[in-house]
Amino acid sequence: MLEHYLGLFLTAAFIENLALAFFLGMCSFLAVSKKVDTAVGLGSAVVFVLAITVPMNNFIYNYLLRQGALGWISDSLGGENLTFLGYLAYIGTIAAMVQIVEMALDRYFPALHASLGIFLPLIAVNCAILGASLFMVERDYTFGESVVYGLGAGFGWALAIVALASIRERMRYSNVPDGLRGLGMAFILTGLLAIGFMAFGGIQL
Amino acid sequence: MASARETLLDPLVNNNPIALQVLGICSALAVTTKMEVAVVMSVAVTAVLILSNLSISLIRNWIPSNIRIIVQLTIIASLVIVTDQILKAYFYDIARQMTVFIGLIITNCIIMGRAEAFAMQNGPGASVVDAIGNGLGYSLILMIVGFIRELFGSGRVFGVPVLVTVSDGGWYVPNGLMVLSPGAFFIIGMLIWGLRTWKRDQMEAD
Repeated sequence: MLEHYLGLFLTAAFIENLALAFFLGMCSFLAVSKKVDTAVGLGSAVVFVLAITVPMNNFIYNYLLRQGALGWISDSLGGENLTFLGYLAYIGTIAAMVQIVEMALDRYFPALHASLGIFLPLIAVNCAILGASLFMVERDYTFGESVVYGLGAGFGWALAIVALASIRERMRYSNVPDGLRGLGMAFILTGLLAIGFMAFGGIQL
Repeated sequence: MASARETLLDPLVNNNPIALQVLGICSALAVTTKMEVAVVMSVAVTAVLILSNLSISLIRNWIPSNIRIIVQLTIIASLVIVTDQILKAYFYDIARQMTVFIGLIITNCIIMGRAEAFAMQNGPGASVVDAIGNGLGYSLILMIVGFIRELFGSGRVFGVPVLVTVSDGGWYVPNGLMVLSPGAFFIIGMLIWGLRTWKRDQMEAD
């Protein structure tokens, strides 16, 4: 059982890296990776929010949306299938959770809030967050698996953005062609990173 | 206030949503291994963009500014649900290939970005023009990337063999890199390089 969870974590973090294999969360990935400090901030915020929202959405999917999920309320609702409302429910949950997390951090962990604060609202519209929830539904994870998947996917994304930010800080000392500076070079670097991560591809866990 | 013509044509080259504003990159990379899928994605995103810009612009004076993100997300998510159902009903095979990326139109930064930056301040007419312009700018990049990736990755354009591959008895050895994710990053990086060499004012200082 433990091996299964460990395998799921490593698969989510390395082999199926959200940023480098599925291109998710690219907007903030490229925009916020100029400095390592901010990349670490955004990365940890993503881990945090993914670890909460993926299990939340798993709960909503299993007890409210899927075919026959409403059976626990009454038998007459047992046949309902509300999966078409999925997108609305997941994005609503994500937006609400981000808001709650932000308020809770502000109240109880002001120091953490000060460092993550500006990134949290951004995260509601980060496609990595919604993407992870959609993958979770598509692959039909159980509640336990969804917790592990959320953590692993978040960890992989954070790792990728910190790696890219470190390389970009170094690029300042390089003589990049004019037209390629900034965004263009970030794309090429991400491509190289993605090749690096593909090395994990053949590994079976 | 820019003229309608400028609003429409500016996002194509001068202010391209992908190449300059860095918006909506996820889907630009993920759905471009085949032209056919890229076309469907472009149409879907443009349609959602036009409708969301229109509806947000119509109610912009009634949206309280502190909950505007939630309001925008709700409108966009509803439009995406409709799009998803239509695609599943009429283009089932393509919808299957796109997997989660239809749902991810909701968080496509182009749509939120244009709603926030343009539709909240401008009337419905101008917002629709802006949406068409940005939709076309997005589609343009998707088409170019999709064309390059499909042609060199599998020797086809819209599924029709152009360069006959070795496995079909032809001469062309497909470039596997193009189909994989790193290929997409390289192509967009090169496109941006080309665009910025042509339009020198888009270069970044650092």
